[in-house]
This record gives sequence, C-alpha cells and structure tokens, in this order.
Amino acid sequence: MPTIKADLELCQGYANCVMEAPKYFDINDEGVVVVLKEKFGEEDRARVETAVRSCPVTALQIEE
Amino acid sequence: MSSRAVIVGGSVGGVRTAQALRSNGYAGQVIVIDAEPHLPYDKPPLSKGFLDNSLGLDRLHLISKKEVEESKIDLLLGAKAVGLDLQNGLVSLEGGAQIGYDNLIISTGVRARQSPWEVSDGVYLLRTLDDAMGLKEKMTKSHSVVIVGGGFIGAEVAATARKYGLDVAIVDPLEFPIGRVLGDEVGERFVGLHHENGVSTHFGIGVESISRESNGLVVGLSDGSKLIADFAIVGIGAVPNVEWLASSGLVLDNGVVCDEFCRAVGQANVYGVGDVARWYHARLGELVRVEHWTNAVEQAECVARNILNDGDPQSYVPVPYVWSDQYNWKIQIAGETSSSGEVVVIEDPSRAGRFAALYADSSGAYRGVATVNWPKAMIRCRRMLETRQDLSVPVQLVREMVSGT
Repeated sequence: MPTIKADLELCQGYANCVMEAPKYFDINDEGVVVVLKEKFGEEDRARVETAVRSCPVTALQIEE
Repeated sequence: MSSRAVIVGGSVGGVRTAQALRSNGYAGQVIVIDAEPHLPYDKPPLSKGFLDNSLGLDRLHLISKKEVEESKIDLLLGAKAVGLDLQNGLVSLEGGAQIGYDNLIISTGVRARQSPWEVSDGVYLLRTLDDAMGLKEKMTKSHSVVIVGGGFIGAEVAATARKYGLDVAIVDPLEFPIGRVLGDEVGERFVGLHHENGVSTHFGIGVESISRESNGLVVGLSDGSKLIADFAIVGIGAVPNVEWLASSGLVLDNGVVCDEFCRAVGQANVYGVGDVARWYHARLGELVRVEHWTNAVEQAECVARNILNDGDPQSYVPVPYVWSDQYNWKIQIAGETSSSGEVVVIEDPSRAGRFAALYADSSGAYRGVATVNWPKAMIRCRRMLETRQDLSVPVQLVREMVSGT
C-alpha cells in the first residue's frame, strides 16, 4: 500500500495539504504537519497526490 | 488518436498543470515550453531562502528530472513562444518552429514592472533566477541599498538585505504599505517590524528621481530629501506576459481573459493558469487575476481536470492564500483581507509577536484572516472561509486557542 512520508524539518506549516486532504494531514501547535494516516487506498490517490503537489517546500512524498 | 497538450510557461502553474494532467490520467503527449534555459524552478524562495543562501539551487526545482522522465513530460526549455494561431492550433517559437496542440495552456506568468527611472547601472529588479543570482552578488559586495516599494517583495528583500548586514532604506508612497492588502491597522505593525530590524522607512513619500553621482546612487524623494546607497532594488509590481498573444485574437485585458472554467473566452481548448490568467470568479462575480503561488497550483489542478472532463467542467472558485517571510515573522493570509468591514486582532500572550487578524465585510460576515507566527490558527480559520460564517465564529475559535480551552 502506498505510504505518505513527511519531512518535518522542511515543513513550514503552509497547510495546503490540510486544505486538499484533511483526512490525511493536520498542523500541530508548533506549526508542523501531522500525518493522520500514512497509508492510503487507490480511491484517495488523486486527492493525496494533489496534496503532495500543493506543498510549497516539497516536504511531502509518496512511497509506493 | 493521440492528443497533445501544449503548456506555454514552465513556472509553477505550467509544471503543476503537466503533473496534474498525468495524475488525472491524461494519456496524450504533454509538452511544457519555457523561454528560460533552467530546469523549472520555484520563485518564492528567490526573495527569501535562495537570496539569503539558506536554500541551494537544488531546493528550487519544481519537478525532478526523474519525475519528468517517469511522467513522460516533454520539456522544451530555452524556447520562447512568439505567436499563436488559434485557427490552426499552432504555437510559434522564436526561430520559426511551430508546435501544434489539441489543448493549449497559457501560463506565461508576469514579469517585474520596469523601473521608470533610467539609470545606467545600479538599479535591480527581482523576478527570475538570473535576477536573484545577480542580486546575491551585489549584496555580497555592497554596504547599503535603497528599496523602492514596500509591498511583499520589497519587505522580504529588505529583511534579506539585513541578513547580509547592509544598511537598508525602504520607500513607498503609502504610509502603511502592507495596508494595501491587510488594512492600515494591521499594516502599521509591519512598519514597526522594519524599525525593530534596523531598517529606515520612508513611507508616505514618493520617489522623484534616481541618478548615479560620484558619491553613489542618489534617490531623490518627494519631500525634498535624498537617500544615497550603493544600489537600489525596485519592487513596484508585475505585468502579465501577453505580448506574444497580441495578434492571436484572444481577449487580453490585464492578462488573458478567461471564463469561470479558466478557458480563454470564446475558446473551447485554450486555458489560462497562474499569474497571467484573469478569470471570472463566480462567487465574487468579477474577473480576477491573482499573483500567488497557491493560486497557480489550485488553478492548474482545476484546468487539468477540466481538460479531462470538458463536457462537465468545474468552476474555479478558490479562497485565496498567500504567505510571506519577513525577518522573524511568518505571515500567512487567506481570503479577502482588504475589505472595509470590522477587523479583530487577537494576540497570543504566551508567544511574543504572534497574532491573528480576522476580517469581516460590511455585513459582518467573516471574509479573511491574516496570522503571524501562528500556522495552526491559520489553518483553522482558513478552512472556516469555505462556508459563510459570522465574524464572531472564528474570533471565538482563536480566543479559545489562546486560553487553551
């Protein structure tokens, strides 16, 4: 199953990923991304890929 | 029969359109054309991390070479589009080549507005990678700079110039330059930020002249005073790159005019994406053109989906979002924050310098939010903008975040 990987050092808390896929991402008190669910099914692939592309600092990756 | 999407402009809007076409299952050929020779790069860091050397060139790539290959995206770099033949579906390139398309995406962006003050040397603009590299070298070798324009670019560059240890003066005709976007009450706080960081501000004052004299570059101001520096940076806005479309027959008016689905008006297979596109925003009921990174990305996603579902296109009705980094402030802005209604500012007493400003329209409806050093409050309030609320709702939410309840 594909897995979401977040680079917490790169993350700047822009939160575009939360707008695109709130089921998978949130922002904590320090302003850093929290991956709520690492694994996703094919039905959510387009949404997760959109969230990954929306990150201004390329802090998100999908590992197949 | 295979189809072909041609994307003119390889900055964030163009590259994200190519990726989104693939991600949504577009099977035809995807070609991205750009006039610059560089692998597509990201522009926001050019005034921030790239300029202050905290981010290397390798962190600027919008797409890796590996993904370009895997996604079968054809990059045509160093190729300048100079004309468009709508009748025959052809883009003309400098040098005479022509490229046919089934769908055309126009994402040629904007360029920095030229300085109206003609000086032989010492006046810099900032828009492209080459601009940023030239500016880095100049900052390393200089002691002082005058920045003309106190908007986002000007303020970000001022902050970066201070990191180089330069003496910085910044000039803008408005008393509170960021007030253009955030209103004067909040804009005033940004003036204080410049002062705390040792920048001298000349706001509410115009620039009359810039000239090279024996003692340096001399900037003459409308109050009769003069500023002297090693060089100047002019950040006074941007102009859409539409000259190549002048004789195409497309409707051009402060950008490529598009319908609510981001199709160039009157065209079924030509789309606008990013800073160059002025589309009909159905919720606002007017044509808008937005020069924000996130807008380009969201518009790219919408256009890719509309190309793949052209029988049932979706309107593009985003909630605007933009960020800026100035000194030690991380600034985030969503929605409409320049409206004339009530503004409520809430500070977090546990964190110096952290605040949120919540904006209503004249009817009291919540319309926008700006935060400083507070990403969590931003995302909570930004999501609330997707539905209509009274201003009191986000105000209460942020107050609860402060009190920890």
